[in-house]
Amino acid sequence: MRRSLFVWIGVMAAVVAAAGLGAVVLSRWLASGVEEPAAESGPAPVDETRKIKARLFYVADDGVHLVPVEREVPLGATTADQARRIVEALLEPPPSPLLSAIPAGTRLRALHLTEAGQAFVDLSAEVRSAHPGGLTNEILTVYSIVDSLTVNLPGLTGVQILVDGHEADTLAGHVDLRRPLARSTFWIDEDTPR
Amino acid sequence: MFLPRFRLLIAVLATSLAGLSLHPHPALARQAAGARPAQALTVILPQARTPLPVSQSGDQLMVALDDLAPLFGLTLREDGIGGGLVVTAANGKRVLLTPGQPLASADGRLVSLPAAPARDGGRWLVPIDFLPMAIAPVTGTRVEVRRASRLVLVGDVRVPRVEIRQQEAGGVIRLTLTVAPRAGHQVTHEGNRLLLRFDATALDPVLPAVTPGPLLQGIRLGEGPATIAVDLGPRFGSYRASAATHDANSEVVVELVPAFTDQALPVPPPSAPAAEPLLNLAPPRPSVRTVVIDAGHGGDEPGASGPSGALEKEITLAIARRLRAVLEGRLGLRVLMTRDGDKTVSLDERAALANTNKADLFISLHANASLRPATRGAQVYFLSAAGAGTEASRVSLASGALPTLGGGSRDVELILWDLAQLRHVDESAAFAAILEEELRGRIAMNVRPVLQAPFRVLAAANMPAVLVETGYLTNAEDERLLKTAGHQDLIVQALLHSVIRFREARERGITAAPASSPAPNPSNPPAPSPSRPTP
Ligand SMILES: [Zn+2]
Repeated sequence: MRRSLFVWIGVMAAVVAAAGLGAVVLSRWLASGVEEPAAESGPAPVDETRKIKARLFYVADDGVHLVPVEREVPLGATTADQARRIVEALLEPPPSPLLSAIPAGTRLRALHLTEAGQAFVDLSAEVRSAHPGGLTNEILTVYSIVDSLTVNLPGLTGVQILVDGHEADTLAGHVDLRRPLARSTFWIDEDTPR
Repeated sequence: MFLPRFRLLIAVLATSLAGLSLHPHPALARQAAGARPAQALTVILPQARTPLPVSQSGDQLMVALDDLAPLFGLTLREDGIGGGLVVTAANGKRVLLTPGQPLASADGRLVSLPAAPARDGGRWLVPIDFLPMAIAPVTGTRVEVRRASRLVLVGDVRVPRVEIRQQEAGGVIRLTLTVAPRAGHQVTHEGNRLLLRFDATALDPVLPAVTPGPLLQGIRLGEGPATIAVDLGPRFGSYRASAATHDANSEVVVELVPAFTDQALPVPPPSAPAAEPLLNLAPPRPSVRTVVIDAGHGGDEPGASGPSGALEKEITLAIARRLRAVLEGRLGLRVLMTRDGDKTVSLDERAALANTNKADLFISLHANASLRPATRGAQVYFLSAAGAGTEASRVSLASGALPTLGGGSRDVELILWDLAQLRHVDESAAFAAILEEELRGRIAMNVRPVLQAPFRVLAAANMPAVLVETGYLTNAEDERLLKTAGHQDLIVQALLHSVIRFREARERGITAAPASSPAPNPSNPPAPSPSRPTP
């Protein structure tokens, strides 16, 4: 089943790349997904002072892993709103000695959720233009975002990073961003949490 | 269970009792007889909890002094002359009681009781308020009686009242826990329940009646002294917990969010990848005849850079040229370069060159960067398909086509171009393992020497493919070495010997057969060979 899934993903990617229709497809995805799934319209207005404890991911001492750090994040009214707040917290310069894997100055432009539980995270151009380059840096940038969202919001099935409102191939020439990425514990060092 | 600092003392008759009437009142017997047993209270001490039998007399809860004595270290002595009672605490302070009088003298201070002490057979009953009004001041111990929750709190204990309200809206169940006085808490998801553990001696809970449903099955006191267990139903997907404090109280909100609905996957057409691949009809014994060397980055895309100014695109091109010379000269292979100069080449073009030329091996050369300057060493990567499934991305396609140079496409054995590498992951892993061994004997390896990740450039390659990170340019020593011809040659030697070994293995048919490989687990890639370290 998984195999066939990849086939269809692959088919899709082929169509997108071959026809250069990325933007069209993207807009269709966003249109087909409800920004706020019906299940999220529920509970009451949010008290701005409320916080959740979220595990955000930063660069480990060994430079090749992410470490989870429990930090307080404002409560969001909906899953999409919570996802936004998690990304915004992740984009804030962290206190020393934490090291963010995301280029300084990167802002969250928008975040959309589809009904299938995919998050589209639209970041400002700095995430690419100010990226220091290198595969490991790029992997950690991508998965600090993917894992910070999917670990704290387990209902999310995948995260796709957009740059400046558009689908992106890669941030720095390595990691394939053309489709949503699933949570990966492969990059997380659980042994040395702070 | 005994408060340790108390000890038994024999009381002496207080002379002050002499002035009080000590004759038992005839009505007392009737009053005691009217007391009927009630549900026991629970006494919560810092290290223990114990039931305290009580009886109901009118609107008063009565408790036997005999039951209180061991809890508070009290000694009881009846005044044989007057019929009164002397209660002596371990510190020598006394409480004097007179049958029929709703009064007590606690350490010399007169306190008014809501009911008079009563004799019940050989026992003395006092109203429960006797504890906070008389016992507490005499023993110097805090005592709090919570009638509604039938608790008696003794000493330094924290027993917050936790009132839980349940609301449901839009499919989300919201549990609001008002905690008074406030207490720290932790929420953990264990199996099919959420556990809310409070930083408290015990809890004084007010639980809502829960009708078991698909998201929430019940709410109850959990195991442990101050734990509430929320039993989850099969539709539970995730939860969010938040907390806020209001004055002395805190409020914890736990939202139970149903799982996103599972949309059924479409049934794949029978000729799709599950079917036996046409690759098995390919040349009888695969070998290695054509190799594509991909010098990473180039032109407008410098890639990583080092503190002394080394650029990834320059290092990769230098190594690529040396490797080409060796593979052509020593092995007689057909070698193609995705670039042989400082050119900008798209990632699609690189894979397309290899596909068009039916390359047997694709080697992408890179130099790495880390935010930690100490990070160093070489790494070998191959593809993982870490994509998340998406309904929107499942579309049908009439024919499989690979992009080829010149912008056209040609049908290639129904292998879809972005999936092409998945057929070769096992062989790619085998080559990666060989290369890691060869590199390890020559240059410094990173602590994570072989890794899988979703690489754009490898995804479309329709042949075994690896990406080599030759070292970290952000590490001063790696950067210095990578610029030297000697070090570059060590890397080239490792690649040369890896290609030789891989070619031999392929010709003897001992590398993994393509096409039968399952898609790797996106979260935790499987170990493709014994030499690959556990991630
Ligand atoms: Zn690179």
